[in-house]
Amino acid sequence: MLTQDGSSADDLRQRVRDFLAAHDPLSLPRLEFLRARFDAGLAWVHYPAGLGGQGLPRALQAAADAEFAAAGAPDNDPARNGIGLGMAAPTILAFGNDEQKARWLRPLWTGEEVWCQLFSEPGAGSDLAGLATRAVREPDGDAWRVTGQKVWTSIAHRARWGLLLARTDPDVPKHAGLTYFACDMTDPGVEVRPLRQLTGEAEFNEVFLTDAVVRDSDRIGGVGEGWRVAQGTLMNERVAIGGGAFPREAGMIGLAAAAWREHPERRTPGLHDRLIRLWADAEVARLAGERLRQRLAAGQPGPEGSAAKIVFARLNQDLAAFDLDLAGAGGLLYDDWNMRRPESVSFYGRGPGYRYLRSRGNSIEGGTSEILRNIIAERVLGLPPEPRTDTRVPWKDLPR
Amino acid sequence: MEGPAPVTATQPGRAGRAPRTPRPAAAEPGPPGGRGRHSHDLRYSDAEEQLRAAVRDLLSDRSPWTAVLARVESSEPTDTALWHTMAAELGCAGLLVPESHGGAGASYREAAVVAEETGRSVAPVPYLGSAVVATVALLGTGDELLSGLAAGRTTAALAVEFARVPPGSGTAQPYGVRVGSPRPADEAGTTRLTGSVAGVADALAADVLLVPADGVPFGLYAVDARAPGVSLAPVVSLDATRPLADLTLDGVPARPVLMGESASRAVAAALTAGAAMLASEQLGVAERCLEMTVAYVKERRQFARPVGSFQVLKHRLADVWVAITQARAAARYAAACLSEGDPDTQVAVALAKAACGDTAVHAAQECVQLHGGIGFTWEHPPHLLLKRAKSGSLAFGSPDRHRAVLAGLVGLPPAP
Repeated sequence: MLTQDGSSADDLRQRVRDFLAAHDPLSLPRLEFLRARFDAGLAWVHYPAGLGGQGLPRALQAAADAEFAAAGAPDNDPARNGIGLGMAAPTILAFGNDEQKARWLRPLWTGEEVWCQLFSEPGAGSDLAGLATRAVREPDGDAWRVTGQKVWTSIAHRARWGLLLARTDPDVPKHAGLTYFACDMTDPGVEVRPLRQLTGEAEFNEVFLTDAVVRDSDRIGGVGEGWRVAQGTLMNERVAIGGGAFPREAGMIGLAAAAWREHPERRTPGLHDRLIRLWADAEVARLAGERLRQRLAAGQPGPEGSAAKIVFARLNQDLAAFDLDLAGAGGLLYDDWNMRRPESVSFYGRGPGYRYLRSRGNSIEGGTSEILRNIIAERVLGLPPEPRTDTRVPWKDLPR
Repeated sequence: MEGPAPVTATQPGRAGRAPRTPRPAAAEPGPPGGRGRHSHDLRYSDAEEQLRAAVRDLLSDRSPWTAVLARVESSEPTDTALWHTMAAELGCAGLLVPESHGGAGASYREAAVVAEETGRSVAPVPYLGSAVVATVALLGTGDELLSGLAAGRTTAALAVEFARVPPGSGTAQPYGVRVGSPRPADEAGTTRLTGSVAGVADALAADVLLVPADGVPFGLYAVDARAPGVSLAPVVSLDATRPLADLTLDGVPARPVLMGESASRAVAAALTAGAAMLASEQLGVAERCLEMTVAYVKERRQFARPVGSFQVLKHRLADVWVAITQARAAARYAAACLSEGDPDTQVAVALAKAACGDTAVHAAQECVQLHGGIGFTWEHPPHLLLKRAKSGSLAFGSPDRHRAVLAGLVGLPPAP
């Protein structure tokens, strides 16, 4: 455990044990237990007091989680609300007002309210700032009417709230005319349709917004400041996608190594060379993720999250392709083309053909690897931008 | 005859500690190479950053690339004055030596930071050969040489090929030197060594040669580099900033330092530490390549704009930066494992040497390419970095060699 002060981890463990003594995890209803855990400041210990935490170093969270797990306590099923926990919560914490933090963070953490992200549009992918969904303020100023189409929206069909980026001023250059909202997904103007992808299933949705009502009190950040808020969300997304903690040979490399060990008859020299390169790259990427987390925990956030996401996408794709090549005749089969709506994305319950196809999305979703390279080149290395014609003219005058 | 060559008293593959996190069922069975601990700090400490700053100040002042280029064309390829300052005044020679022998009692983590800096500057100093490889060979001995090495009074080199493959690669590698017969006039107990070792690094700057010699038993001997019968012939080296020499010993009197298993272990430890610190050196080379190239493409204008604004160059440089983030984690992990005698050390060093070697060569090749025509000239520094990068990747085991070692350590057997 990386803490400057080992005693604070012990203090925290003791607080968890005291809490467990007062709240029996095995007899209390799950939701009641989770709410109490939040109210005791033991949900995410690095959050402020009163908002589920106690302002402790982020690195101490694992100590608290381990105590709860050891007691058989129910968790908040983080995989079910990945966007909420990974992106919405840090955005609300950084840019929301006190009323919004108090209203949203607790049901978000307990999983009562699932969040999705309404950013990409058919005409705005890599060029997110060019998006066309319009939000027009009602005359009384208390609400906005939103019309447009969003796409690649994971779990919109289960979400209570959507992080919405919309154009509030078409008369200024594109980055300046955006505003960030939380959109109530139960509004009658919100229609969610499944979007089937090349794997056969539909993890994602299209979201059609037709005069959907968004309250001004659900605006996050100032009018016209949406781009700045969205940048914060996206950096968290990249950390969330590329930066999870896991042991050696966990994940895709574990599957490949296990298949290699079990099937000597499938081995070739070329596959061996590929496998050991992949093993080394996966292990080094794991260590780089560990280093990134250590720096984050010590309050030294760096741009390495973008690197982690690029590396993760490439590794996943190469490992999935390796799996299929090693599978031989089995690689010609596919497990299921039926249109399904998976609760969460898992590479492990499916066959190698699925992993091969699904991993192609890893270098597209959450910022393409090409856009991430632009970001690294310009923001980390300080290289000059390409000459651009689209950033200084009013959005409404851009050719389309 | 090489010993079984564990780096530390603990063997990799027999993990002494349970992993902190349970493994998912999908990944069973576990790799024989252990699971990788989670408790090493992979960042740089404040003290390490202070050491880095001091070394960088000295090397930027005394070893700018213009001076390095001038020196490789001179008859004195090693900058002995700079080495003396670095070794004695900054204390770089004694980092790994315990305080009881006059050293700093620091760890491989600090030694690795110094290696990064010598890589960045392509400094023509025998830091790797003397302060790391030769010093580590003596660490467990309490030998009288240690205090001289720590103080920077003595410079030493281990008499092995710079291209020697890593311990554990399964390749039989004779040392080339044998214990010979005493001469008639010799006092009883005198040992004389005879043989040759090609391509030894940092030997030309050494006062003392530590010579592994086959015999019964195998032993590690100390030889005065200026003794009659010692011949060190400079060879034309790919990396002229770290010139190699062919060593020949013709019945040279030698002092036994370690015998048998302990000698094998000491040589293996020295080679493993050498590979790990060379990995950190390669990290420094890669970083310097990236910085130099980024600075150049911001200034160089073609088509009425800086060439660094073209996306094709930006993406290539972003890829170098990404590779460096990965290599740095591997290098830090290897240094941390060595420092703490972690049972995962051999895995860590193989990972680091493979990752950092490939990354340095990638970065240096991009450095030459993205400098365009000027990058292909003798008068501009990219070639110094390219030569250091490529020869460093070949030394103490190429990336492919280390991946082959890794395959054995983690239970991924080759095709039948």
